[in-house]
Amino acid sequence: MIELIAGKYNYWIYITLMMIGFYAMIEKGNLIKKIIGLNIFQTAIFLFYISISKVEGGTAPILILGKEAVVYDNPLPHVLILTAIVVGVSVTAVAIALVIRIYESFGTVEEEEILNIMKNSSLKPEENIKT
Amino acid sequence: MLVIVSFISFALAVYAKNNIEYELSKDRISPFYSIYMLFIAGLLGIVITGDVFNLYVFLEISSLAGYTLVAVRKRREALVASYNYLILGTIAALFILLAVGYLYMATGTLNMADLRERLPEIYSSKVVLTAFAFFMVGLSLKLALFPLHTWLPDAHGYATPVVSAILAALTITGSAYAMFRIMFTVFNVEFVLEVVPVTDMLIIVASVAIIAGSILTISQIKLKQMLAFSTVTHIGYMVLGVAIANQTAMTGGLMHMLNHAIMKASLFLIAGIVAYRTGIEEIAGLKGMGKKLPLSMAAFTVGALSMIGVPLTAGFVSKWYIAIGSLEAGMWYLIPVIIMSSLLTAVYFWRVIDSIYFKDSSGQGVKESSEKDSLTGTLKSLNPQAFVLKEAPAGMLIPTLVLASLCIFFGIAAFIPVSIAEKAAIMLLGGG
Repeated sequence: MIELIAGKYNYWIYITLMMIGFYAMIEKGNLIKKIIGLNIFQTAIFLFYISISKVEGGTAPILILGKEAVVYDNPLPHVLILTAIVVGVSVTAVAIALVIRIYESFGTVEEEEILNIMKNSSLKPEENIKT
Repeated sequence: MLVIVSFISFALAVYAKNNIEYELSKDRISPFYSIYMLFIAGLLGIVITGDVFNLYVFLEISSLAGYTLVAVRKRREALVASYNYLILGTIAALFILLAVGYLYMATGTLNMADLRERLPEIYSSKVVLTAFAFFMVGLSLKLALFPLHTWLPDAHGYATPVVSAILAALTITGSAYAMFRIMFTVFNVEFVLEVVPVTDMLIIVASVAIIAGSILTISQIKLKQMLAFSTVTHIGYMVLGVAIANQTAMTGGLMHMLNHAIMKASLFLIAGIVAYRTGIEEIAGLKGMGKKLPLSMAAFTVGALSMIGVPLTAGFVSKWYIAIGSLEAGMWYLIPVIIMSSLLTAVYFWRVIDSIYFKDSSGQGVKESSEKDSLTGTLKSLNPQAFVLKEAPAGMLIPTLVLASLCIFFGIAAFIPVSIAEKAAIMLLGGG
């Protein structure tokens, strides 16, 4: 049991973080908090990738003069995650831009209030055509 | 596949010009086209890539561009729809990323061909099973397969018509294609049939999607929302065809991807033309349109017939193949599903066609639509004597008519898409 928890602690951490993020994305009514949840979720997956690339006793995969056979970490997941981080940043940027626009046109970032506003305005379609 | 994507995006780009100038303010037009190009680049990437991580990256490129395209409309509902689409789309993408990580951990490679060679030895490993599960959930979410479809009607219904058309025709097709490649190219047929009974599960889910999608569609009052819900049904068909996993049904499923892209694109474009000329969005407002916009409404009828699956249209051919395929596989109980959904489709499209051709626009109809719609009202007051609706401008009309006539062409000359889809089906099933 101890082995299961301590020996694979990186997986436990990433799963916990992932679930925290997932919970926030589903449960929170505030749009900004949802984005924060999204970021936690993303970071959890980044951590997962980085942790599987670790080789025991390994260093960064760079060539050091004079030392030929060094043990180094697997660099491929690092590169993948670099790409994934860029994707993550763009997702966050788009999401925040959307929230700003939502705030401008609805005056709130709470999901329930927005739904209320939308429900009320759909009763009067003529106001709704252009905002 | 590449040809489908390029052709439809070209037709839509031609159409986009008028529609976008009507919908957007001037300073947004060039960004719109840049994002549109990015979107197409992402989709083409999904289709041709041979690497699972690149698949994720391209999927994200096209989805990110898609979120922006949905939000570009001036209406504020579009923003909320886009936000929900973004949250669910990102969850899906992260699941896929996680699946890629698991596969890499298990095999040490990301290339699809390499994965195909190395995976069979470790099919029973829990890591591989988890990876497969994450792929399926993630791609089903991107694909809007029935229980995970909640983002789709809003995003497709509130976006500008041309964007709805691209999303319905291409994003769905692109993600469906990605899913089938993961199922049959990365994993192989034995895996999806025997190790995990995923095709059985997909058949059940797809049948539910077909029926539930049709029922939900009937309750819609807005034309574009209705079309968006009917996409849910047709995703069910694609997945059903492929999940039956014999050659005939898979040919049908793959062809349905092509046919759905053509049909749905033309229908959304016509909804766009109606909104462009009159501003009407409700089905009830379409009364008497048959006389005012004869060509577009003829195209709508063709598209609708094809959706229902009337013989001599494209929709019939693919549904026929799926039905025959399910018989060959001994799954006769799928036939009622297909027939029932075709009937339900006929019900909801008949409502539209009925109000287009058989209801008079005089009296109640005009009054309602002019009240509902300020644009028509202002047009009328500007030009009170000669308020005659003109047909849509040629730039909008020609792509629409081409797509609609393709519905008929592929229905009559069915051997062309069939032979291509058959080759693709043999290729996908090839390894096993």
